Amino acid sequence: MLVVVTIIFLLVRVIPGDPARAALGDNASEQTVQQLREDLGLNAPLWEQYLNYLTDLAQGDLGTTMVTRAPAWDQIQFVLPHTLELSLAALIVALSLGIPIGIITAVRQNTAIDYIGRIVSLVGLSLPAFYLGLLLIYLFSAQWGLLPAIGAGDFSDPADNLRRLILPAVSLGLIEMAYVARITRSVMLGVLSDDYVRTARAKGLAERVVLYRHAFRSGLVPIVSLIGIFVIGLIGASVLTEEVFARPGLGRLMIGATRQRDYTLLQAIMVLYAFIIILVNIIVDIVYTMVDPRVRYD
Amino acid sequence: MAQLASAGTPSGGGAPGVSLVSQRTRAWRTFRRNKSAVIGLGMILVVLLVALLAPLIAPHDPIAQSTINRLEPASSEHLLGRDDYGRDVLSRIIYGAQIALLVGVASVALGGVLGTTMGIVAGYFGGRIGTVIMRVVDILLSFPDLITGLLVMAVLGTGTTKLIIAIGITITPRFARLSYGPTMSVKEKEFVEAARALGQRTQLILSRHILPNVAGELLVLASLWTAQAIRLEASLSFIGLGVQPPTPTWGQMISDGTVYLTNLPLLSFAPGVALIFTVFAFNLVGDGLRDVLDPKSK
Repeated sequence: MLVVVTIIFLLVRVIPGDPARAALGDNASEQTVQQLREDLGLNAPLWEQYLNYLTDLAQGDLGTTMVTRAPAWDQIQFVLPHTLELSLAALIVALSLGIPIGIITAVRQNTAIDYIGRIVSLVGLSLPAFYLGLLLIYLFSAQWGLLPAIGAGDFSDPADNLRRLILPAVSLGLIEMAYVARITRSVMLGVLSDDYVRTARAKGLAERVVLYRHAFRSGLVPIVSLIGIFVIGLIGASVLTEEVFARPGLGRLMIGATRQRDYTLLQAIMVLYAFIIILVNIIVDIVYTMVDPRVRYD
Repeated sequence: MAQLASAGTPSGGGAPGVSLVSQRTRAWRTFRRNKSAVIGLGMILVVLLVALLAPLIAPHDPIAQSTINRLEPASSEHLLGRDDYGRDVLSRIIYGAQIALLVGVASVALGGVLGTTMGIVAGYFGGRIGTVIMRVVDILLSFPDLITGLLVMAVLGTGTTKLIIAIGITITPRFARLSYGPTMSVKEKEFVEAARALGQRTQLILSRHILPNVAGELLVLASLWTAQAIRLEASLSFIGLGVQPPTPTWGQMISDGTVYLTNLPLLSFAPGVALIFTVFAFNLVGDGLRDVLDPKSK
């Protein structure tokens, strides 16, 4: 985590030009720019800035944004629940569709089902996340008027919130499903060609028993370990999904910060992303030890 | 083996009666038998031709504006209509192929050369440098590519060259990770040891003996990542942080069209079809190459 934070800190600091000037625009007077530099501590030597940053971070302070001059956390805590909600819903869509499709296409390898499944998942991998979102908006909102196209609603109104969640979650989930199905298929193909599956077949077990008792169980273990990777893909695609559906969220906040050249906010979001990714990996590791008794972390 | 020596060809494993062919010819034959890969290659050729012949086949100037005729629906003169500046949509899609291919191929070339060099150096020399390089690579890999791309674009600013660099940086760790493993195992092989014992220069060992052993997998990765690079370019241009107007790019066109989604869906969906076609083609070829090089994963 420390290494990640250091890399992010350095990356943001090597930005050419004066961040204070960039944040204030070309019309700001030299005095105002100087004032902001002073306020943000940009006049201190790099190592001092770094130490200050680490001290703040250790106390849970993600820094002050350049544009609004408020703590970055204020903005983040407003959008974070929406992003988590969207990601979780999309992950459920992706896993509940992707894993069965991956297994079926692996079992029925080289049949029509397999080809259709492979083509669908390859198209999914070729679709940019925003494009499917646009299609869904066009069909369900513009044409049929069934669901709202933009915004996230409020948590105090769960029904409205849920209605606004459906399209983005399906859009994001289907994109990720393509990836999940593809990986599940190749993992299952590996398992199905293993010796013990051949042995199970050779000793005359029914195909159904071979698949459920032998292949699926061991196939699920590596798939669980890959959930961390699925989540990373999901986070990337969620940025675009939030942008298309104009949903408040971490990704959209990041795009805004990039456009406004708000480097401190950008830095805060990156650190948070890193934190989330590390957290997800730890959770996956723990789940992994529960699924696979051979793995133990001491 | 006797007839091998007398035949004098370097290819191994040729059964008697079968004409001895070079590895490359054999790989090409297997590739040709893989239908989807051939289709994908054909699709890429179509896009390439469109990009190269754009000035000849585009019916209109892609950046000539005509505000009086803005948002004109499709007609025989303008097959896909005009956009909000009155520019011919079809011509813009045709010219968009140039940017898509340029960014896709150039960024993969950049990231591929950089990443492969890093991976081979880290794998061959090992030690502390190798560990440090691979640690950084793993951290970069844990971030979604879109977020890395966004961060680098925030640091560099917008523009085509900067976009290529940003996507190239995003791709670099993938190639480093892929070339690292095989390098580690190949460097212990006898023929590398022999080369070392003969006093060959390290540079020569790396390029003559190590690189060819990694080349196959690198080719698969290059093809799949060209697809992802084009998708990434479209995503960043969609957000408005990629190639800047008036240069026609598919991502930008889709983004501009969203305003008129209800009445003129073609503005967004037509460039999207071109985008998906292209990305899908590179994915098909990558998949096909993988089947050729690793028959097990089929």
